[in-house]
Amino acid sequence: MRNGWREPSRLAVGGSTLAAVVVLWYLATTFTQIIPPVYFPTPAEVLQAFRQITVQGYADGQLQQHFLHSCWLVLMGFAAAVGLGVPLGMLMGWSRRAEALINPVFLLLRPIPPLAWIPLAIVWLGLGDAAKVLVIWFAAFVPAVINSYAGVRSIEPYLIEAARSLGIRGAMLVREVLFPGALPLIFTGLRLSLQACWTTLVAAELIGAIVGLGHVLYQAGLDLFPAMIVVGMIGVAIAGGLMTTALGRLEAWSMPWHRR
Amino acid sequence: MRANVALRRREFVVLSCAGLAAFFAIWALASMLGTTARQFLPPPWVVAEKFVELTHEPFSGFTLQHHLLSSFARFGMGFTLAVLIGIPLGLILGWFRWLDVIVSPLLDALRFVAPIAWVPFAALWFGTGIGGPVLVIFTGAFPPCVINAYRGARYVDQHLIEAARTLGARHWQIISEVLLPASVPSIVAGLRVSAGLGWQSLVGAELIVASSGIGYVLVKGQASISTSIVMSGMIAIGIVGFAIDALLRRAEMHLQRRRGGDR
Repeated sequence: MRNGWREPSRLAVGGSTLAAVVVLWYLATTFTQIIPPVYFPTPAEVLQAFRQITVQGYADGQLQQHFLHSCWLVLMGFAAAVGLGVPLGMLMGWSRRAEALINPVFLLLRPIPPLAWIPLAIVWLGLGDAAKVLVIWFAAFVPAVINSYAGVRSIEPYLIEAARSLGIRGAMLVREVLFPGALPLIFTGLRLSLQACWTTLVAAELIGAIVGLGHVLYQAGLDLFPAMIVVGMIGVAIAGGLMTTALGRLEAWSMPWHRR
Repeated sequence: MRANVALRRREFVVLSCAGLAAFFAIWALASMLGTTARQFLPPPWVVAEKFVELTHEPFSGFTLQHHLLSSFARFGMGFTLAVLIGIPLGLILGWFRWLDVIVSPLLDALRFVAPIAWVPFAALWFGTGIGGPVLVIFTGAFPPCVINAYRGARYVDQHLIEAARTLGARHWQIISEVLLPASVPSIVAGLRVSAGLGWQSLVGAELIVASSGIGYVLVKGQASISTSIVMSGMIAIGIVGFAIDALLRRAEMHLQRRRGGDR
């Protein structure tokens, strides 16, 4: 097992595994019907549901509209959380006073999962986009702050001493020393928060929405339409996967000196 | 680093209290000023009163403790299931490379599906009583169990395995006496992540499909536009989540100390 096993290319193995799963899926649902179609759809049904949602639309919109709307909401909430959370976290990492002032409030709010804010957001802002952006913001804000904070703390003190002795201070210190030094951990936080964002958005859209991938899932659940549920889940997976990949690219681009 | 020197204890306490006081003061002020209706943002003391009231007066059938208990039972089932299936699976994947190559792409693909997206299928397959939420908790708690057990087994010091081989240990002996103990720290760390995600998924599942439990309290409070009930529910969720995490953190630290003593 351990010795003598040559690793084949990951892409080839991944592709053939997925192909095997599709064949198994076909055999189990269509050919032998071990799994009754009421519980899980056949590949043909999923394809047809996919055609239905892209051409005629389903749950008040076409797949493209649902997909783009969900991505847009996640991006807005995520960007707002990063824009506020990273500077706040870095401030807490830099100044012990700011830390002592802000940290207790954080410790108080942190154990409440982002999903538990959804009902409150709905009471405050209704079922529209604003409530969703608020909960997504919350889901991403906490990890963004905590990791930026840890990132600044992780910088070797002698680096800061050296920069200071060379006369670097103020904005330049932040730009040249603190921010680059904290960046690896900041990105760890961003990856965590992106996942939390998608979970939260899907939950919020399942509870109430007009368009969006979660709304497709909700409607398909109501209509007892398993094929459309699968289409919705694949949509969620692809959207989440695309954004994670984009974030990974951004990480590699912004830290050419840092090889993971 | 002038700004980064440790504060004196008194200054630290004073600043921390000031931060908390400011938080509650802003909250109270925002609700007292009356720019929003009282119903939407009750002051802190009203929420505290409601919280106490909910612990002895039933709301939508049960008291707060009862709701929490039924939520916790669901959580326990989903989490136990995830641990019992996830950890052995992760260890096997870490040990048998050929299996890893086959199964990993599937797990990677599944990882991108947010646990909450399983809710419609969970309701379709197992109903909204116990089975549905348990499946959702399972899908939330399962990945960290697998991944950490996998990492634990995969990155065991090769020297340990070679040494055991040289001493004539058999295959299953290596697994039970070398692999398993060496991966325990990683597994326990995974349990903490997994419990947190499972608890969060439980809240989501109960918000969407459930007829009892703490998430249901939030939904009912939202439906009757009672912010104080919603906030009381959030506080209860936070307390239980915190307690679960604290318990597992203690277990982790205990384990580290014992292992440290062994050497």
